[in-house]
Amino acid sequence: MSTVARTLKYASLILACLVVLLPVTAIVLTSLKTPEELSTGGALALPEHWLNLANYGTAFTNGRMLTAFLNTAVILVFSLTGTVVIGAMTAYAIDRFQFRFKRLVLGLFLFATLVPGVTTQVATYQVVNGLGLYDTRWAPVVLYLGTDIVSIYVFLQFIRSIPVSLDENARIDGAGPTRIFWRIIFPLLKPATATVVIIKGITIYNDFYIPFLYMPSQDLGVISTSLFRFKGPFGAHWEVMSAGAVLVIVPTLVLFLLLQRFIYNGFTAGAVK
Amino acid sequence: MTQTATTSRAAPAPPKGAKPKAHRWTPWVYLAAPLALLVAFTYIPVASMLSYSLTDWDGVSPDSTFVGLDNYAQLFTRPELFGVFSVSLYYLAASVLQIGLALYFATVLSFNVRFRNLFKGILFFPYLINGVAIAFVFLYFFQRGGTLDTVLRFAGVDSQFLWLGDPDLVNVSLAGVSVWRFMGLNFVLFLGAIQSIQPQLYEAAELDGANRWHVFRHLIVPGITPIISLSVILAIAGSLSVFEIPFVITGGAGESKTFVIQTIKLAFQFNKTGLASAAAVVLLAVVLLVTWIQRRLVPDERNDLV
Repeated sequence: MSTVARTLKYASLILACLVVLLPVTAIVLTSLKTPEELSTGGALALPEHWLNLANYGTAFTNGRMLTAFLNTAVILVFSLTGTVVIGAMTAYAIDRFQFRFKRLVLGLFLFATLVPGVTTQVATYQVVNGLGLYDTRWAPVVLYLGTDIVSIYVFLQFIRSIPVSLDENARIDGAGPTRIFWRIIFPLLKPATATVVIIKGITIYNDFYIPFLYMPSQDLGVISTSLFRFKGPFGAHWEVMSAGAVLVIVPTLVLFLLLQRFIYNGFTAGAVK
Repeated sequence: MTQTATTSRAAPAPPKGAKPKAHRWTPWVYLAAPLALLVAFTYIPVASMLSYSLTDWDGVSPDSTFVGLDNYAQLFTRPELFGVFSVSLYYLAASVLQIGLALYFATVLSFNVRFRNLFKGILFFPYLINGVAIAFVFLYFFQRGGTLDTVLRFAGVDSQFLWLGDPDLVNVSLAGVSVWRFMGLNFVLFLGAIQSIQPQLYEAAELDGANRWHVFRHLIVPGITPIISLSVILAIAGSLSVFEIPFVITGGAGESKTFVIQTIKLAFQFNKTGLASAAAVVLLAVVLLVTWIQRRLVPDERNDLV
């Protein structure tokens, strides 16, 4: 490869990285400044004290970020457990049993993958309301469980690679379907479970639409909706809004650095399926 | 296995004749919860959305009147209602750029490049960031004297643009944020697909004297066609369902109002559930149509799951 081509290649990569990093860097710098520094210096001026964490304190306490992280955590635990169990059970029933209307059931799941969640909220709202779940933490939990077909496909894909002879041996040993599922199939589905937990976890952590529509109470704020509410009281205080945004980004960054390979694979599997 | 055999005493195996009968119900036991959720949160909403769309229901009162196709007629004749479709065009154009960039970076990084993983990680990371946080980042980026103006001043340009205030510019700015956010996903998908092309094919091409363009055009592009077509579908569906970035940045005001923002406002602010349902049905129909066309054009191996 010629030197010019190589230079252009690296130049384009470095430019792209700058485009990605600059907007975020500006927010990190701003979050470390005092209001006075902000009014005098430019957006990319360096903060006077690199360890000025006062804005983070304000964001955390006045911005109710602690409640937000707790609510998100509760919703994550219930939704992820449910998604994994439901996905694995569905895959088990469909892959390991022959039954009437099997094609119909599969068709129902398949068609549901085509219906984008944003389109149906007008009517879903009535269902959630009718069940008495509106403005409770259960609303997002059941919605994340009920509209997640991708996870079912990840499990369905994976369960096919588990030999049926394992089930049969266990059956000969006298194990019933429940025992076969929990003792043999479910533990072997670990890689699929990991994929689902990663993609689903990140999606739920980042979701704004569902909590915004279904949990208007301040006490039920998750990280997205609580951060969104910064716009009111802190609308003119960029140092606090920036600190809030950084607080939300940091856990994602840490997770990404720790689990890079799984995350790439998870999203590739999740999008293609 | 031995443990299974000994503990099974607690639940003795049913006699041979009873077995098939028990098994007939087993799959339904496992499917009960998933099917109930599927019906409650996908099929009932779709069905009731269709029926609401033919009424003037306000979402609260016990009674509503059947109005036939009047809501649909309104959607397509009142310019302030169908105008939002033109906003989607900005995002559609942006996703062409996004797929192009993703293809370029995936190709470049599929060959030997220094700091490959670092570049890959940086380009992908925006996709993982919380949407509201991204909206804040770009609210600051585009404001007067914000990050963008500062960078332009470094470069010697004194910009007088109101990136978010100018009605001609606001959708360009917001669509740019969308490229920033979603390019990484396309890029990683393409990169994965390129890397699954057999390396022998590259060697063979090199022996045949193919240059880089030939390799790209005749080896890489055909190898990743399915994933490109999937990205196109996701891009079209995505351009029609843009919500959170414009909603958080501009509040969906004026020119930046998208189809979903309008639908949500109709339903939950103005209590026009009937009209909002009709809008949602149109969106659903468009997405289904696009998907159907794609399935026709590019046979999909996903179907073999059935």
